[in-house]
Amino acid sequence: MPLAVVDAQTLVDSVALGAVYALMAVGIGLVFGVLRLVNFAYGQLVMAGAYTLAFTSHFHPAVSIAACFAVVIALSTAIDLAVFRPLRGQSPAVMLVTTFALAFLLQAVARIVDVRDGTIGEPVRVVGRLNRAVDVAGVNVRQVTILAIVLGVVMLGLLALLLGRTTIGLHMRAAAADFRTARLLGVRSDRVIGFAVFLSAVLAALVAVVLTVRRPLVTPAYGLQETIVVLVGVVVGGLDRLWTATLGGFAIGFATGLINGVLPTDKTIFLPTAVFTLVILVLLLRPGGLFAPRGAATVERV
Amino acid sequence: MRRLAPVLELAGPLLLIVAAGLLSTAVSRSTQIYVLHAIVAVAMVVAIYVFIGNSGVLSFGQISFVAVGAFAAGVMTVPLLLKGAILRDLFPILRDHELGNVESLLVAAGVGAVLAAVVGLPLMRLSGLAAGIATFAVLEITNNLLREWTAIGPGATTLSLVPQTTGPAQATIGATLVVLVAWAYQRSRFGRRLRATREDPAAAQAVGISVHRHRLGAFVLSGALCGFAGGLYVHMLGSISTGQVYLELTFLTLAMLVVGGMTSLWGAVVGALAVSGLDSFLAEAERGALPDGTRLVVVGAVMALVLVLRPSGITGGKELRL
Repeated sequence: MPLAVVDAQTLVDSVALGAVYALMAVGIGLVFGVLRLVNFAYGQLVMAGAYTLAFTSHFHPAVSIAACFAVVIALSTAIDLAVFRPLRGQSPAVMLVTTFALAFLLQAVARIVDVRDGTIGEPVRVVGRLNRAVDVAGVNVRQVTILAIVLGVVMLGLLALLLGRTTIGLHMRAAAADFRTARLLGVRSDRVIGFAVFLSAVLAALVAVVLTVRRPLVTPAYGLQETIVVLVGVVVGGLDRLWTATLGGFAIGFATGLINGVLPTDKTIFLPTAVFTLVILVLLLRPGGLFAPRGAATVERV
Repeated sequence: MRRLAPVLELAGPLLLIVAAGLLSTAVSRSTQIYVLHAIVAVAMVVAIYVFIGNSGVLSFGQISFVAVGAFAAGVMTVPLLLKGAILRDLFPILRDHELGNVESLLVAAGVGAVLAAVVGLPLMRLSGLAAGIATFAVLEITNNLLREWTAIGPGATTLSLVPQTTGPAQATIGATLVVLVAWAYQRSRFGRRLRATREDPAAAQAVGISVHRHRLGAFVLSGALCGFAGGLYVHMLGSISTGQVYLELTFLTLAMLVVGGMTSLWGAVVGALAVSGLDSFLAEAERGALPDGTRLVVVGAVMALVLVLRPSGITGGKELRL
């Protein structure tokens, strides 16, 4: 196949998708850092936020978005208290199975709530006008695309400041490096974990807002596919460090956008096979992730 | 009493299966389907248990082997006259041959074992979280290939016209065979060595047990049994699509194993029957007053509750004792 020319439009859209996935990667990576827990149910936080936006569509957008944040943060905190806290100290595999169960549970709850009106799927109309295009240097760019990129850059910048310049950030980094030693030195585990869970919920709510502009029809499976793709990116990038995980998330989002923009659909049917084969290869050959510094393999192996 | 222990370890599960088999002949036709589902679920969960339970390594990928087994048995038993018409893109060797019921189950087991060997050879080096994610990747790859590659199966469409040979007799005999193999394996030296690596990998290696080789053995055996169970499944349903052997089945079977107790044969059987019972009860209730989807909510909640409150499952992960 001849190399297709990538136009500026596809490129910008891919960067935006990468930014959204990077935010999700940070949300997953933050919790993994302090809890050693891969949150398979992260997409259901996004889904809950998206449903909140759908059900509050008739309110002022600011109210609707505030409700979205409130619901996602409340849900995330509830999950932490009811599920993650009792599981602390369990093996990562048990925690993964639990979040897997949680993902199905939340999805089924959403389904029950959704079909009350007889149809599956609820449209979000709150921020639909962000779909309008503006002209940037001759390229038609939707406002949400710009929003996604700006949000991605700003949030990652804020997070870098938070982790690098504040006490709680220092505690989080310490907890991620060695939880037990950090506790011995006076880091309060509940506060650090609670804060990480809170931050990841804020990111999930932001992702919900941006995603619902791009894809306004919310279904129970909303966010599931994205979570799987982001998990792939995070593992390929390197789960042990937040920045490699984020980079992995961005890379997979960017690549997905690019491939879907350039290749026709019938050429991408085996794409999942290629992607997941890559995951297996990375886990086997570079368990620290593609972007990790050499010689830094920390993943548990036989 | 000690002599009786291994007998009891086998008799308990077998009694439950036979009881379920007898029950399925005594109830109405609409209820029978639920009981048959439960018995086939026992076969699947015990097959999965052979690897996860004995090795202690989590795998999200065992349903891949169920899937290939189901499609292999299904594609090979669709009558030749019809197969040429509905599955035109198949490889000639698949398109121009037809197998009987028993042969198709053996082929299903064989395909499951071969795929498990191919996948397991590299993957059995991983454990913990990495194993969980890698086996999940296997599930995704298998699903993607079965869905899109029309030379090996029906692709995204539903495969129908599969002979429905899994009645009470075949389900009961099939599940019994799977339990027998699982029991024989866990009492063999291979099973015992693998369990030793589960309890303490370092100590097991120190006495000369190859973790990789023993895990691989269990993985291939589990793959064969999963494929066989997939064959039973497709012959029970009469039709199959890739969505039926994917995430939801993975979730349900893992829930069964977790609820029963991951580390014992008794736990796998009890969990499969208990969750199947709950599942069918709720499925029936969904037709009446309860909203659609209650089933998954309750099963998910039960699974999460067991994981949080009693991680070793309702049997405590122990074999049946008097």
